[in-house]
Amino acid sequence: MAKLILSLDGAVLREIVLNKERTTIGRKEHNDVVIDNLAVSGDHAQIVSILNDSFLEDLDSTNGTLVNGNPIKKHFLQNGDVIEIGKYKLKYLNEGAAAGHAAEEFEKTMILRPSAHTPAAPAPNRTGDDTLVNTPAYSPGREEEMTAKVAAMPAGHLPVATIQLLSGPNAGRELELAKTLVTIGKPGVQVAVIARRPHGYFITHVEGANFPVLNGKVLDAQAHPLNDHDVIELAGVKMEFFFKSE
Amino acid sequence: MSLVKVLEMASATDPGLVRSHNEDSIAVDADIGLAVLADGMGGYNAGEVASGIAVSLIMSEMQQALPSVDPHAAGGVSGETIGEVLLRDKIGRANASIFQAAISQPQYAGMGTTLVAALFYDNRVSVGHIGDSRMYRLRAGQFEQITRDHSLLQEQIDSGMISKEMARLSQNKNLVTRAVGIDPDVEAEIHTHAVQAGDIYLICSDGLNDMVEDEEIGATLGMLEANLPLAATQLVQMANDNGGRDNISVILIKVLSEFPAQGGWFAKFLSWFK
Repeated sequence: MAKLILSLDGAVLREIVLNKERTTIGRKEHNDVVIDNLAVSGDHAQIVSILNDSFLEDLDSTNGTLVNGNPIKKHFLQNGDVIEIGKYKLKYLNEGAAAGHAAEEFEKTMILRPSAHTPAAPAPNRTGDDTLVNTPAYSPGREEEMTAKVAAMPAGHLPVATIQLLSGPNAGRELELAKTLVTIGKPGVQVAVIARRPHGYFITHVEGANFPVLNGKVLDAQAHPLNDHDVIELAGVKMEFFFKSE
Repeated sequence: MSLVKVLEMASATDPGLVRSHNEDSIAVDADIGLAVLADGMGGYNAGEVASGIAVSLIMSEMQQALPSVDPHAAGGVSGETIGEVLLRDKIGRANASIFQAAISQPQYAGMGTTLVAALFYDNRVSVGHIGDSRMYRLRAGQFEQITRDHSLLQEQIDSGMISKEMARLSQNKNLVTRAVGIDPDVEAEIHTHAVQAGDIYLICSDGLNDMVEDEEIGATLGMLEANLPLAATQLVQMANDNGGRDNISVILIKVLSEFPAQGGWFAKFLSWFK
């Protein structure tokens, strides 16, 4: 469950658990989070929470709402965001996102009954009891633990390699291999692809009757790892693969 | 009419790096022009059972039904083609059969599956889908998603609560609002699209599109279209390189040439004289 830590000048005042679908913030008594300060509007802002996600919305307050220093009208809150209202700060913490475990539990596709849920912007006071049907019996402690934060990691910290043409009309030209995939050769004649993966570069034959030659040896249809200063021969052109030292 | 010479199909499925088993099921048959992919869900092995029932039932019943009909002919009450009617019918049967298994056997209780079934005929493709498995099309360098997920996140995007860019950060991925086999009836969303020679279609489970950006998927297809099997394994590999948190399944269909329906009015007209 996500929560907010309300503080003033570094001193924590209270902790608010976002267990309601709509949590309101303002100077007036009827708000869920009442901040009795003249810089705060009567109805200043609200946070709409849907399952694990929370959205902050400024309710046309006089002095505005900041998130991480930037004024916002509507904002999709991320773990660690700091909301500023007047001199007050509200830190948004979403344990699920931080720990990775609850997030992992959500990784399994689950069915949300359409009947229990309205797609439009949620109306106030609706009971937040969206039912998760078919929650799979999830047993923690299996090898699934390790997953935590590997999401969408780009092709690792591998140094960027370069290819330099050694023969042919463009001899001397260099091609930096910064992308995940780079194809080389002549389409329709002979093409190979060089894939940049977390643990290295790999070359694979794509099309053409002839396979690429690596250090004098003809390759097969499989992917082959490339090492510093390997020489590739393709469509009659020789080229060298190497890591540039900075 | 066999489409073997017209459609090139390649596929790959992989459990990913995290899950111990693969709950996805896929099947392709270029002869009848059908590709089916399902991403099952449910405890223990129930997910595999659900996706397996869906894919094998739809594939085998279509293989039986198609040779004796003209899928492009009108067949439904509202002007649907026979192809669309068949898809709807077989998806309904798969739903009933999974639902029956789920209520009759306790270990399968609550199982369900997403589904994409694509049937190619007469220069078009009819796509039936349920849940968050997707179909994309690469045409003349343009890579586009042609199914719309039945998911909470998609509904939030549609209602303007969250932008497409912000959706990547959502914690509410993987919540589907529709699935095969959880209710006695299911409504498949069926659309028919015109097909052009050179098109490449991708059907995938969310294990691919959650781990690899659409842009990168499209670029990969564009680069490797000359070698479809390599493109399929490359996509799986990219999802794994990015973490491989879910099962990854990919079906690629390349349209080599146009395939207008034969046996149209002229052929039928001729047959009167035989």
